[in-house]
Amino acid sequence: MSILVGSDTRLLVQGITGSQGAFHAQQMIQYGTNVVAGAVPGRGGQWAVGNTPVFDTVLEAVTTTDANTSIIFVPAAFAVDALLEAADAGIELIICITENIPALDMARARAYLDTTDSVLIGPNCPGVISPGTAKVGIMAGHIHIPGNVGIVSRSGTLTYEVVYALTARGIGQSAAVGIGGDPIKGLNFVDVLQMFEQDSATEQVVLIGEIGGADEQMAAEFIKTEMSKSVTAFIAGQTAPPGKRMGHAGAIISGGEGTAAEKIEALQSAGAIIARYPEEIAELAVQTI
Amino acid sequence: MKLHEYQSKQILAQYGVPIPNGDIASTPTEARAIAERLGKPVVIKSQVLVGGRGKAGGIRLAQTPDEAEEIADRILGMDIKGLTVKKVLVDEAADIDAEIYLGAVLDRSARKVAIMASSEGGIEIEEVAAQTPEKIITIHVHPLLGLQGYQARQLAYGIGLPKEHIQAFTKIAQSLYQAFVENDASLAEINPLIISADNQLEAVDGKILLDDSALPRHARLTAMRDPDEDSPTEIDAREAGLSYIDLDGEIGCMVNGAGLAMATMDIIKLYGGNPANFLDIGGGAGAEKVLSALRIILRDDRVKAVLINIFGGITRCDEVAKGIVEAINTLHVRVPFVVRLVGVNEDEGRQILADSNLVTANSLSEAVQMVVAAVKGERK
Repeated sequence: MSILVGSDTRLLVQGITGSQGAFHAQQMIQYGTNVVAGAVPGRGGQWAVGNTPVFDTVLEAVTTTDANTSIIFVPAAFAVDALLEAADAGIELIICITENIPALDMARARAYLDTTDSVLIGPNCPGVISPGTAKVGIMAGHIHIPGNVGIVSRSGTLTYEVVYALTARGIGQSAAVGIGGDPIKGLNFVDVLQMFEQDSATEQVVLIGEIGGADEQMAAEFIKTEMSKSVTAFIAGQTAPPGKRMGHAGAIISGGEGTAAEKIEALQSAGAIIARYPEEIAELAVQTI
Repeated sequence: MKLHEYQSKQILAQYGVPIPNGDIASTPTEARAIAERLGKPVVIKSQVLVGGRGKAGGIRLAQTPDEAEEIADRILGMDIKGLTVKKVLVDEAADIDAEIYLGAVLDRSARKVAIMASSEGGIEIEEVAAQTPEKIITIHVHPLLGLQGYQARQLAYGIGLPKEHIQAFTKIAQSLYQAFVENDASLAEINPLIISADNQLEAVDGKILLDDSALPRHARLTAMRDPDEDSPTEIDAREAGLSYIDLDGEIGCMVNGAGLAMATMDIIKLYGGNPANFLDIGGGAGAEKVLSALRIILRDDRVKAVLINIFGGITRCDEVAKGIVEAINTLHVRVPFVVRLVGVNEDEGRQILADSNLVTANSLSEAVQMVVAAVKGERK
């Protein structure tokens, strides 16, 4: 069993004819993901990455191929349009890789998505992998091995670093979920922690956060009250100089300055184990097992 | 991106927010001419992108055009927290009866724009939040509906605004929200919004921060950028599509992804080194971008060694390796490089580096220990 993506994933790639879309569609197929279609306006009727049919619209792709999951590689200016199209076509899980989508566009899109049954991950995220089963994202598949550690992260490449260290020590992963670092996004830490808590294949959880916002503090509250599984956490930016945060009003709204120290304190008092550097997560995970 | 006070107020004025009469001056003579034209006492305000201008002596009152010229002469060229004052705003001085705070900010937890108002204007809102949080009234705006009249009135009644100002305040709050949304701001503040002696509401100071992701669709706003906001290196980095921040250490860093870049800085410190910069080449960088990044890092004389930490995903290791080799071949490289390359196309990337006799590290810890040792003159 795995969360979010697995053997029943039927994947649609939005933007499959672009250079990133084509490259990663190929990589996902090689990993064993069931890629059933591509959608690119104006390219309907063509074939991409070997024998994947391309449709003009997401609805047509869903009707013809029963796609239930979508991954989005279209440029920032068209990405919101793409994810709304996916939601309206009944896609259950939408994973948006695109970065630099304006925050207010995401606020509007998220408000609409909340009225549908679709679940969004991202934007500006690496996607989700269930090692050995399915990869819906841009992470390097070969660094992962199947196992029972669930990973949820706000950062892309930092997640790979942690996975690499886990795999090097023979510790496999049940799933790695990159939720993305944008201010307004789909699933947050709490949503994914909840999935891992209920997932029988996950025995312990790794949480990777970074400075800014208050998502980690909310995760800490959830860990304290709702989680029975062990959580190891790492927060990036412990030595980052201040000044790249939003203005005063933003700090007040988020209930603090969003520093690493604040987040570490919250997670520690919720009972999470704190790693000082990415590779230490793997060392601590070995001890926990 | 930050906007100056005068730019922020001009934008707000376009949406119907009343602002004082005034103009911007780069020379004392210009300041004098503006004061003459206004024909009233003026306030001379330094335009720099930092807080605390008043305390630093960068905001002064002038009764006459002579005095305006003299004060402008003193403020222009002044250093405020490391920034040189190049422009002053010359505004008609206001007679203030009361000061209000009104601000809009993107609340990431609520996923909505929050509008806050307080009867305690004129001081930093964080101070109000710390001392008298009950004096801040906050409402959240539904992104698909926009700010409703009743919500704006809720703010007005909440801060105990006198009846005769409710209508004007409501209009100002709606203008502020409209300006926020149409310009893709992440923060828009009026502080203070004053009630003048002649019983008018007026935005005496304003501040707008813009969402950098939305700048591509706002050419007019992008052109307002003050090049002094960042160091010349930071500007070059931005033009090359890189995210770069100057730090004061000796290890130049090139990393892909902000989280990994921060974690790399953290671990450098943990092993006793000091990063010279934060540099995120972003996702999917090609050889050319890598070359630009290394050119920017090597320009810094304090850099004694360079650490390259790439974990390929949407970024491909072979592309990065090509950029590194290109940099070694074309730039004057006088410091050691430690390269750590893992992820998508790592075998191809390592082969390219091996062909150029570049040594690679296997793990992040190993790479950091090697680069710290290199800086300290040890061999490892």
